[in-house]
Amino acid sequence: MNTRKSHPPRLPSILLRLILKKELREEILGDLYEYYQELEDIPNWKRTVFYWFHMLHFIRPFAIIQLEGATKLNYYGMFKHNLKVSYRNLLRRKSYSFINIGGLVLGLSITLLISLWIHDELSFDKENDHYERVARVMQKQTINGETISHMATPFPLHIELEKIYGDDFESVVTSTWFGDYILTKEETVVTTRGAFMSSGAPEIMSLNMLKGNRNGLSEESAVLISSATARALFGENDPVGKIIKVHDEIDLNVSGVFEDIPATSSFHGVTFVGNWDIYVPKMEWINKTAWNDNSFQLFVLLSENANMEAVSKKIALIKSENTPPEKRLYDTKIFLHPMKDWHLRSNWENGVKTGGEIQYVWWFGLIGAFVLLLACVNFMNLSTAQSIRKAKEVGVRKAIGTSRSQLAFQFLTESMLIAFIAFILASAVTFMMLPYFNVFTNKAINFPFLETSFWLAGLSFAFITGLISGSYPALYLSSFNAIEALKGTFQTALSAVLFRKVLVVFQFTISVTLIIGTLTISQQINYAAERPLGYDFDGTISIEMTSDAHYAKTDVLRNELLASGLITHFTQSSAPLTEVWNENDGFSWEGMDAGFVPMFCISYVSHSYGETIDWNIVEGRDFSTEFASDSTAMIINEAALAYMQLDDPINKKVRWYKDFKIIGVVKDLLVESPFSEVRPSVYVIDPSNHVNFILLKLNPEKPTLETIVSVESIFEENLPKVPFDFNFVSDDHNKKFNQMNRIATICQIFAVLAVFISCLGLFGLASFLVEQRNKEISIRKVLGAPLFTLWKLLSKEFVFLVTISCAIAIPLAFLGSQEWLENYEYRTPTNWWIFFLACLITLVITIVTISFRSLRLVKANPAEILKDE
Amino acid sequence: MSKEYLGEFEELVLLMIILLGEDAYGLAIRNALKEHADRKATIGAVHGTINRLQKKGLISSDLGGASEQRGGRRKRLITITSDGKRMLEKSQEIKLSVWEKIPDLAIQKL
Repeated sequence: MNTRKSHPPRLPSILLRLILKKELREEILGDLYEYYQELEDIPNWKRTVFYWFHMLHFIRPFAIIQLEGATKLNYYGMFKHNLKVSYRNLLRRKSYSFINIGGLVLGLSITLLISLWIHDELSFDKENDHYERVARVMQKQTINGETISHMATPFPLHIELEKIYGDDFESVVTSTWFGDYILTKEETVVTTRGAFMSSGAPEIMSLNMLKGNRNGLSEESAVLISSATARALFGENDPVGKIIKVHDEIDLNVSGVFEDIPATSSFHGVTFVGNWDIYVPKMEWINKTAWNDNSFQLFVLLSENANMEAVSKKIALIKSENTPPEKRLYDTKIFLHPMKDWHLRSNWENGVKTGGEIQYVWWFGLIGAFVLLLACVNFMNLSTAQSIRKAKEVGVRKAIGTSRSQLAFQFLTESMLIAFIAFILASAVTFMMLPYFNVFTNKAINFPFLETSFWLAGLSFAFITGLISGSYPALYLSSFNAIEALKGTFQTALSAVLFRKVLVVFQFTISVTLIIGTLTISQQINYAAERPLGYDFDGTISIEMTSDAHYAKTDVLRNELLASGLITHFTQSSAPLTEVWNENDGFSWEGMDAGFVPMFCISYVSHSYGETIDWNIVEGRDFSTEFASDSTAMIINEAALAYMQLDDPINKKVRWYKDFKIIGVVKDLLVESPFSEVRPSVYVIDPSNHVNFILLKLNPEKPTLETIVSVESIFEENLPKVPFDFNFVSDDHNKKFNQMNRIATICQIFAVLAVFISCLGLFGLASFLVEQRNKEISIRKVLGAPLFTLWKLLSKEFVFLVTISCAIAIPLAFLGSQEWLENYEYRTPTNWWIFFLACLITLVITIVTISFRSLRLVKANPAEILKDE
Repeated sequence: MSKEYLGEFEELVLLMIILLGEDAYGLAIRNALKEHADRKATIGAVHGTINRLQKKGLISSDLGGASEQRGGRRKRLITITSDGKRMLEKSQEIKLSVWEKIPDLAIQKL
């Protein structure tokens, strides 16, 4: 027989011990123990089960701890007392309370702002009635080993989708690109943005109809206009039933007015929707059976039971099936991009969705969480810094008989009070800062006074903050030995001080990392901003040729404008100077590798293009009207030259839709993102068919405003029904940098705030440690130590801490910045001085902060401090 | 006394207490119930009943008798009070008299 006693499982025993009445503990546990021993002969697992069984049956009202009696009597009274004491404490040490609350307010405000931003980003398009079922049809094609995903689709696709997959789709909506059109109502002319779409469009866009209904688009020659457009064209009159003209030739019947589409919708900016059936016959270039001409966008609304991914797979090969086998060059696949991904997840790399704006949501969320954490840590440090003062209070309370948990609860109440006060103030701060924040982030967020979810979320933030920040001080302060505290021999445990130092190191690591991050981002932007453009756009304006009249009167305009001396150059191009609008394949040249399918960016220009923008021809010559053969001339950029691997490009033939001859090579023009490489591009002459923009270089010797006014009058003379809309090329160019600049500014602000909060924490720790040593310092002073030595003595510790923070932060920040820079083809080299600068800044700030505290002590009269001995 | 009569389980427990004599405590009572009365009960139920009986004044108890078998813990030893004895007897009387009142024929039919 087994004489060794085996012990019953620990867990149930511990649980019982917690909930049983004290007086019953021994007998019940004893009985259970004996019972367990009786079960010697059955397998262990069974024993455990039986033990649990009997243990659970002890959970009966008679046996468990009662909350009646003395413990419950005074909760309310104690709570009131705690609040009173906390309140008085706050008022008594105003400066300390101010710093403490201030730090929390800062942290909470930032968190609130970021939460609002994230909420706004995530709620994009959510107002759409069919949020879950709307998708955009996209294509991915593999060219030269790289898969490109894009939203251009061919005409016959929507017919095929309706025919073959009619069950899966409730509606298929084909549409032109959203672009600027001229709308005319008798004498009133506006240029506004919209498109021609098929009849399911209002449903898919969830238009809020103010007049008429969503079916209005299916009426013949119908158009739906936004309320802003209605106001512009018709003033206060009812536009329904009236006729407006588009491009001064197509008559459209206004059959409804819809509410302006809000900024949180992907369709924002669309101010009219015309009936597709009217548009198609007017555009002679449309080939209804061409599967390789991708010039439209396509939206679908899935049927109630259809599954997005399943349908996406079904339609994948539609285009391939309709292309003859010899033309299937690109492994084309059609797929659906659901509406819930439009705003945040629309980046593709090699055919795989890699995210997009969503990464900013993650980043800012992370930063927000960290800042809040900093504020909490900071709070902890400051609270415990008061512990020497509190020690006597704790001693007295313990002497009277306060239990440790009661004490902890008292201090927790104090933290909670501060947290809630901070929350109220933070809400006010957020409210005040919101307009500026909106300007920064280019949004229109309203302070959600009425949203219960906001207040709930905010209060829970405050609650959690109070809980986290208050927990450590509460536990720490309540653990003081009463006797020591009252006697005054109270020593701080080494472990406690160590913990606080760890907190400070943590705070500073985050701050230093943020500083390094910010500097890196600024560097990157500067680097990109200084990149040579390859052209000059000073004083250049661009006018989109939206009306036929623009084309008809081109020569007249050119002659008049040049003759007037208002401009120095007049030219045309197919795309604005800040974008690439055409890419094509179908090129071949002698010496080209077989199987190589080259893609080039195309610009159709007029002869004077190069002179107008002052590009730099490095080989051969520019276009010239002197050579009639220039109608088949082509200029390539340096990237194209490398791409084509030609040694001597001049006069080489290139075959595209007709035969071209290369007459020159131009230095790369930086047209797209300043962070990516310039793509191979070609420029050909095509003044009538493909150009879309007129570029004017204004005469620099004349004042700009007058010049533009005069130019406008010339335009109005010759194109009476066409509004004069122009853009400064420099404005368009700067927009590209705006996003980056905005982010950089935000990061800078965060870095500053983080450092500030960390300093508050450091201030707290410094206060504490310095006060601990006030007797020591005084004695040293009495013995004759110079001020400087004392100051050095106090500061040494902190400098050491900050150095550790830097040591941890540098590799972290380095890794982070490398990964971020990987996203950009064109990146700044890593500058080591950034890291040193960040550390230096932090060190200096640290020393200044500490000096505030230590100098006061160092200068104090030692007699005052030592007289109590 | 809150109730003028004894519950069925309470009665059984009281009987076991008398049966066990000197060594009547929670676990022993529970094992006795299983052995003599063919009645399965958890130790907790037994303790609860003991608590109730004590409140009614039908038993008295004392701690004592620590042993290795119990990990060094003492047990609560139960003894029945005179009130308890009286209640048991009364209960027994009532039952017997009712049994007598039923004619033999009826019993056999059952």
